[in-house]
Amino acid sequence: MKSTKDKIVELRNIRMDFDGEPVLRGINLDIHDNEFVTLLGPSGCGKTTTLRIIGGFVTPVSGDVIFEGKRINDLPPYKRNVNTIFQKYALFPHLNVYENVAFGLRVKKTPEKEILSRVVEMLELVDLEGYEKRSVNNLSGGQQQRVAIARALINNPKVLLLDEPLGALDLKLRKEMQIELKKIQQRMSITFVYVTHDQEEALTMSDTVVVMSNGIIQQIGSPQDIYNEPSNAFVADFIGESNIVSGIMRRDHLVEFCGYTFECLDSGFEESEEVDVVIRPEDITLSDASNGDVTGIRGVVETVTFKGVHYEIIVNTPEDIWIIHSTKARAVNDTVGISMTPDDIHIMKKSERPKVTRYTVNAEVEADEANK
Amino acid sequence: MKQTSKAAVPYIIWMSVFIVIPLFLIGVFAFTTTVTVDAAGNIIDPETLGYMDGAGIDRETGELTADESEEETDISWVTFPLTEKTIFTLDNIFAVSDYLPVLFLSIWLALIATAICLIISYPLSYMISRMNFQRQNIMLMLVMLPMWMNFLLRTYAWMTLLERNGWINKLLALIGLGPFEMINSQGAVVLGMVYNYLPFMILPLYSIMTKIDERTIESAQDLGAGALAVFGRVILPLSMPGIASGITMVFVPAVSTFIISRMLGGGTNMLIGDLIDLQFLGNAYNPNLGAAMSLVLMIFVLLCMSLTNQLDNEEMESVLL
Repeated sequence: MKSTKDKIVELRNIRMDFDGEPVLRGINLDIHDNEFVTLLGPSGCGKTTTLRIIGGFVTPVSGDVIFEGKRINDLPPYKRNVNTIFQKYALFPHLNVYENVAFGLRVKKTPEKEILSRVVEMLELVDLEGYEKRSVNNLSGGQQQRVAIARALINNPKVLLLDEPLGALDLKLRKEMQIELKKIQQRMSITFVYVTHDQEEALTMSDTVVVMSNGIIQQIGSPQDIYNEPSNAFVADFIGESNIVSGIMRRDHLVEFCGYTFECLDSGFEESEEVDVVIRPEDITLSDASNGDVTGIRGVVETVTFKGVHYEIIVNTPEDIWIIHSTKARAVNDTVGISMTPDDIHIMKKSERPKVTRYTVNAEVEADEANK
Repeated sequence: MKQTSKAAVPYIIWMSVFIVIPLFLIGVFAFTTTVTVDAAGNIIDPETLGYMDGAGIDRETGELTADESEEETDISWVTFPLTEKTIFTLDNIFAVSDYLPVLFLSIWLALIATAICLIISYPLSYMISRMNFQRQNIMLMLVMLPMWMNFLLRTYAWMTLLERNGWINKLLALIGLGPFEMINSQGAVVLGMVYNYLPFMILPLYSIMTKIDERTIESAQDLGAGALAVFGRVILPLSMPGIASGITMVFVPAVSTFIISRMLGGGTNMLIGDLIDLQFLGNAYNPNLGAAMSLVLMIFVLLCMSLTNQLDNEEMESVLL
């Protein structure tokens, strides 16, 4: 692991609202040197706003933005040692590839000779040698992305902010660019603050994932922590698919849900406290109910969808709908038993919000936020 | 492909009838003149002709109907009858050079008006383009509002404002100033041009500026550009096509206007438009000279347009897409 001791960006109790609508409700976040931090959350959760606050395009209503120990709330973007890769790249359409990349040095009145060597170096870094004279308007999405990276990195920023930079690329290219960005981050050893709504992207690339929703940070942790130990039902549901059912803690290590009691590893809840029980679809074992030896939860298979590596099986039980990932197909309308081992059962405090539904927060909120 | 070329036929007919043919006729008029020739084909110069008319010599027969002339001019070489004939000549074009000061004044005043329009419109258009959608519409309507009123009426309204006994002088008199001579000056003509053609500068500038993505400006700031650098390196170059079409749309009508100069410039600030008007509809009736003037003016306008098109180079075209 790299050193994560030096804080480079600190956000202290950041609040922000647009037209009286709260967007950030008290964000506290430390970003360390050389860290790859991902802000992850659904549209409208405030992740882009957080990024724009660090970039200086938005001034928070209250709270402190601290950069290398200094408060920079009122420092305009062009004075910050931070560069941004914008959604859809925002390249300069009137300049060719060379001039786009050179822009940061041009405005600093850097000698032409140095500009030349730096631009060549940057274009090499992003594999765009020989594209100097090309117009950026005739480049593919992936190439434009590379120009944007080179343009942002030429100023040697301490922190690079990336606002859903791979959103416009197709899946294959996105995967390639994920690896490439990670490589660049390690080679240049700079801090990346990466905004995405794609949980897989976040888990693949990050050192630290910050899960946000509704203007609040839900959980900060390593990808493994976030996936294996989600701190609440929202995180569990957002990171990968989850079955979330209501349950009651009977005592430590014993939980009741769906009419049955199960052993679990969690403790520290009050007796008879209502809790959320989270079970990953891949942790559930289906058994044949026709054998008659099933004593636990029973349900009827509603749909079976082939997903490549596994089948996604939707099972209806009297109370809930379960998503199960299994390598073995089942026939629709089969009666099956649902079982899991104690360490697959994750108990969480009941979240204030009712069951979280993904992808329902409208995209307009994000768009509005972006327009500010 | 065939479908579209068929659909283009009416437009091609329209353009040939109302644009190409008139242009051709202007060319014909500009390079021809009507002269009187005798039966042998000798051109009778205007003085001789004047003498003959004065002397009462019949053009058909050459018979003396009444001898009232005092001076004798030798017309023995003239063979009758006399007829009129249209011949090729460059005289009209050369004659335009007598009016070059008027042409240059027109160009000069139109340039000033265009520059003022640009200075007013540029920041205004930028501000409008950065407003929210609803406000943009309101502002655009305010810009367009004067154009709903008749052009003559608008210009006439300025007369009543600028006159010696006009509203502005009346108001100034209240605070003990004036009266000032505002009307019948070049300044008044420029004012009229600016007032009437301002929307034609604002609209193309506005429409190109709304296409400048806010993110492009932000990325310039992000890369270290202060307000001045953002303007000089991003906003200005990206708005060049708008500047070019705005200049064309103001300069071309301003350079050939005759109403504004007649109403606000008095008789003393005659522009090339007035002069052309006089050749066709005025006392100085001479369509050939008028056509030659139009042709020269057209060449100047084309020159100006090719200059502004330099602003709007190939790279810009891709921005517009």
